[in-house]
Amino acid sequence: VENVRLLDRLSSRRAVVGTLYLTATHVIFVENGSETRKETWVLHSQISSIEKQATTATGCPLLIRCKNFQVIHLVIPQERDCHDVYISLIRLARPVKYEELYCFSFNPKLDKEEREQGWKLVDLNEEYNRMGVPNNYWQISDVNRDYGVCDSYPTEVYVPKSANAHIIVGSSKFRSRRRFPALSYYCKGNNASICRSSQPLSGFSARCLEDEQMLQAIRKANPGSDFIYVVDTRPKLNAMANRAAGKGYENEDNYSNIKFQFIGIENIHVMRNSLQKMLEVCELKSPSMSDFLWGLENSGWLKHIKAIMDAGIFIAKAVAEEGVSVLVHCSDGWDRTAQVCSVASLLLDPYYRTMKGFMVLIEKDWVSFGHKFNHRYGNLDGDPKEISPVIDQFIECVWQLMEQFPCAFEFNERFLIHIQHHIYSCQFGNFLCNSQKERRELKIKERTYSLWAHLWKNRADYLNPLYRSDHSQTQGTLHPQIAPCNFLYKFWSGMYNRFEKGLHPRQSVTDYLMAVKEETQQLEEELEVLQERLANLQKSQSGHNKVKSKQQDRSKQFGLYTSNNSLANTPQEYSSDLKSFPSQSPSQGDEDSALILTQDNLKSSDPDLSANSDQESGVEDLSCRSPSGGGCLPSEDSGKDSDEAVFLAG
Amino acid sequence: MEFAELIKTPRADNVVLHRPFHPAVEGTLCLTGHHLIFSSRRRDNAEELWLLHSNIDSIEKRFVGSLGTIVIKCKDLRIIQLDIPGMEECLNIASSIEALSTLDSVTLMYPFFYRPMFEVLEDGWSSFLLEQEFEHLSSVTNEWRLSCVNKDFSVCPSYPPVVIVPKSIDDEALRKVALFRYGGRFPVLSYYHKKNGMVSWEDEKLINATLRSGRRGFVIDTRPLNVAQQARAKGGGFEQEVHYPQWRRIHKYIERFHILQESFIKLVEACNDQSHNMDRWLSKLEASNWLTHIKELLTAACLAAQCIDREGASVLVHGSEGTDSTLQVTSLAQIILDPRCRTIRGFEALVVREWLQAGHPFQQRCAQSAYSNSKQKWEAPVFLLFLECVWQIHRQFPCSFEFNEHFLILLFEHAYASQFGTFLGNNESERAKLKLPQKTMSLWSWVNRPEELSRFQNPIYEANSLVIWPSVAPQSLQLWEGIFLRWNRPSRFLEEAEEERINIIKYNKELQAKVNVLRRQLAEMETDGEVQQEE
Repeated sequence: VENVRLLDRLSSRRAVVGTLYLTATHVIFVENGSETRKETWVLHSQISSIEKQATTATGCPLLIRCKNFQVIHLVIPQERDCHDVYISLIRLARPVKYEELYCFSFNPKLDKEEREQGWKLVDLNEEYNRMGVPNNYWQISDVNRDYGVCDSYPTEVYVPKSANAHIIVGSSKFRSRRRFPALSYYCKGNNASICRSSQPLSGFSARCLEDEQMLQAIRKANPGSDFIYVVDTRPKLNAMANRAAGKGYENEDNYSNIKFQFIGIENIHVMRNSLQKMLEVCELKSPSMSDFLWGLENSGWLKHIKAIMDAGIFIAKAVAEEGVSVLVHCSDGWDRTAQVCSVASLLLDPYYRTMKGFMVLIEKDWVSFGHKFNHRYGNLDGDPKEISPVIDQFIECVWQLMEQFPCAFEFNERFLIHIQHHIYSCQFGNFLCNSQKERRELKIKERTYSLWAHLWKNRADYLNPLYRSDHSQTQGTLHPQIAPCNFLYKFWSGMYNRFEKGLHPRQSVTDYLMAVKEETQQLEEELEVLQERLANLQKSQSGHNKVKSKQQDRSKQFGLYTSNNSLANTPQEYSSDLKSFPSQSPSQGDEDSALILTQDNLKSSDPDLSANSDQESGVEDLSCRSPSGGGCLPSEDSGKDSDEAVFLAG
Repeated sequence: MEFAELIKTPRADNVVLHRPFHPAVEGTLCLTGHHLIFSSRRRDNAEELWLLHSNIDSIEKRFVGSLGTIVIKCKDLRIIQLDIPGMEECLNIASSIEALSTLDSVTLMYPFFYRPMFEVLEDGWSSFLLEQEFEHLSSVTNEWRLSCVNKDFSVCPSYPPVVIVPKSIDDEALRKVALFRYGGRFPVLSYYHKKNGMVSWEDEKLINATLRSGRRGFVIDTRPLNVAQQARAKGGGFEQEVHYPQWRRIHKYIERFHILQESFIKLVEACNDQSHNMDRWLSKLEASNWLTHIKELLTAACLAAQCIDREGASVLVHGSEGTDSTLQVTSLAQIILDPRCRTIRGFEALVVREWLQAGHPFQQRCAQSAYSNSKQKWEAPVFLLFLECVWQIHRQFPCSFEFNEHFLILLFEHAYASQFGTFLGNNESERAKLKLPQKTMSLWSWVNRPEELSRFQNPIYEANSLVIWPSVAPQSLQLWEGIFLRWNRPSRFLEEAEEERINIIKYNKELQAKVNVLRRQLAEMETDGEVQQEE
């Protein structure tokens, strides 16, 4: 479709005209004209909703909202075209079969061996060994080898040595979806562990001997402590309501030596609505400070993030400081339980704060234990009530921790954002389906590629320059502040306004420091070479190599330094007051701002003037004209291999 | 008056000091004329706390049996608690602190007694003379001149003795214009934009004289429209457009005085709230309106900068008196436009020129901070708002400023309580009368010494000659934790990060130096070798 206008949400002034293409996998918008033909690529699987708005004089507006928080506002001249695009997108954005997903056609030009290597990068067996199991207390159990006991669990599960198959199977029958207690994290230092399960089917009075024995076994696996915590991550009211359905929570009287604790994290429906509300705030057109803060508070989002963090902090404290094992569950034990176990592990073990360790953590607590990626993130067309930003919240918890402990993580914000992006993109096979069983049946590892290998290959982009493996923040347990701490939780504009580049700091300290570190490394190498040559020269006084080549390298390096100065030079819309300026020509719309003022002595009847005018008045910085719209970087993920592929010069 | 008369109990033992994030310490409390001094008795870990009485904003006392407790809330927003055994001692100490922290005579303030322990390399009182600024201006344009019309402060008491005005206006005309402006504050040059020769300021003839033919200008009025109209009814008011044909008026309302002070108090209250409730925090933050004021102010400054840089127009900024919101807008616009103002030296010059010399009444505005109970109408965190806006821009352009956050915090502290005379008095005329340059030390004399300066340098500064346009969207503005959460958040991890940043840059520079030395050595040896070969 030609002559489509892509609107900039922040200002209608910056609309660009271009051509819209629909392919089997992407929506592509190519800007007309200018020498830097900018392209915007959006994967169909990223589309979360499409809205066709009432036709106006200029055309038919189409609003595409994406799961990675990009919002694309198009105006298509012909209503007919718009309708066609709308219908096609609705179908394309909601595939019904896994085979339709992009990962089955995506080919990063790796051979079979490289693909296999990629899948081997994260190995959970290795991870459990690293933790220190199997050992005297814990062993691997094969009760679930054909998914016979629990179809949403992995085949290999660690359980206490004293829990035999009879106990496990018995316990599984007393748990929702047969998700029996299994090891999530083992603390080598003091034998305390984090186990996870689903809720017990206790109803008002039911008991299960095997389940009670199972919890005993977990306690015995930690000889240093005479009780375990059982943490129910639901609000008490929800858990009590479940009793009516024959589910519920552990009765302290029936289980010996447990301490039972509720930690109120809301369910997926509350979270979905909360995110929805927060995104509405993000989408507001020029909101006032009060609108924004009020909306943020009203969404409750940060309150939920804090609840998850609080739960993680509680468990980490129990394990690290009290040396007490913890059993965590919610209802089915695959959403809140995954969040809380992984936050606690992250706090406890510095390994999970490295890039590799973080991949392992997601693989362990989310992928292997049957977090329902397909349902939660709507990869295939399904029940909209199943969709919820569960892992998004975990990723945000990590970001909040990064803000409080700037030196503690090996990776940077970009790493988190890209993982979030790919959980929805379906470009890699890692997060397909709802369980390990389904993934094995689909032969994911033979037919798709692993995200972890892709991220690992580009790991230089994801490094936190402040990370040092010998720094105090990278040792031992992290202790976030507990109270007063509300103000430590901040809105994450880097994620939720990811594509509004104009809202972000224009210079990145991280990028700057990364460039400096890279240069430092080159200097180190050069120093070595120079020292060696100097020594040789002193020996022979006859070396005549060239120093020049190295010097050129260095001057290139300096180019990186100027970071984003060009972006800096774009004023925003600071006032709508200026429209009351009497000399403004009537042909310009209400939103046109200050910059247009000087244009009124130019040709004023051209309807496209508003799009072009700021380029004319933009003086020296044409190159940086679009801080959003085309300026986004959706498409290192969009089928091309690298970030550079985002805007092809036309 | 003798300070000793006010100090009935100069010393108390077995006092326990409580601070957030520090274990309680036992020690001795001493009162002097200007300081409250607490020193812990433990020899292994001796600790001393020196607090200027003038830094104390409010004091509360309560008793449990004979144990008295004094809670001291400071102007820099810190709160400390002292447990003092003995009811009489405690009462005496509390009343002394109360009296000493509210001395009403300026000449009794600490700067008049302070004797510096450092060598003065450069007298800060003469570091930033307008004559120097004019020299700089003369190198780019010759349409301006220095005027001494105000040399005895007779035309305008709140202006400096020397001002920069258009060449075509003589002193007689200035005197007439002054009569037409509130407080005699006639328009003077604030900023000259080198790129296109546009100016920003602070009557008919004078205004038009600044505009060459065919040029246009904007008047940014920071009062709400109705207030401006009321002022007009009283004989004040705003320029009527018929008389200023080349000027266009924009109203950009900026809050003032007690509204700002209330907002400040509410925000600090919210930051000290110990509750665990997220919703309450956000709603209190919102209700304080502080960030709204920040957003409005930044927007107005960006607008002024935009008129100058993008529209090529001159800008006249004025509020009612021209000593508060006007200065906020003109000085922030300069931060945006002029890379010089983003250096340490340039920023100091900006504060001197746009705030001290331009007559911002520091003594009135900074007499009390967020904990004061007295409702005097002159107090307002006008300067703090300006500093915070600079911080917001700094956060968005972290590589474009030569100074770091600590420098801004330092200025905040010293504006409210200081051993230096820089921020005493309400304008240049008062400072001259108090003989501050002769009798007190300038903050700049201290801060510009190399060993102090190094603490305020931004390790990742790269001079950026461009205009920097900040975002004013709510998502882009944050609470300034360095000020408001300074005493109630754990800062260790953030300080470690800052240290790490400094180390990365330092190591890089060291390596560069080493490599350069080796290169030079090599080059020398090579040429030597060549010479030898040639021989």
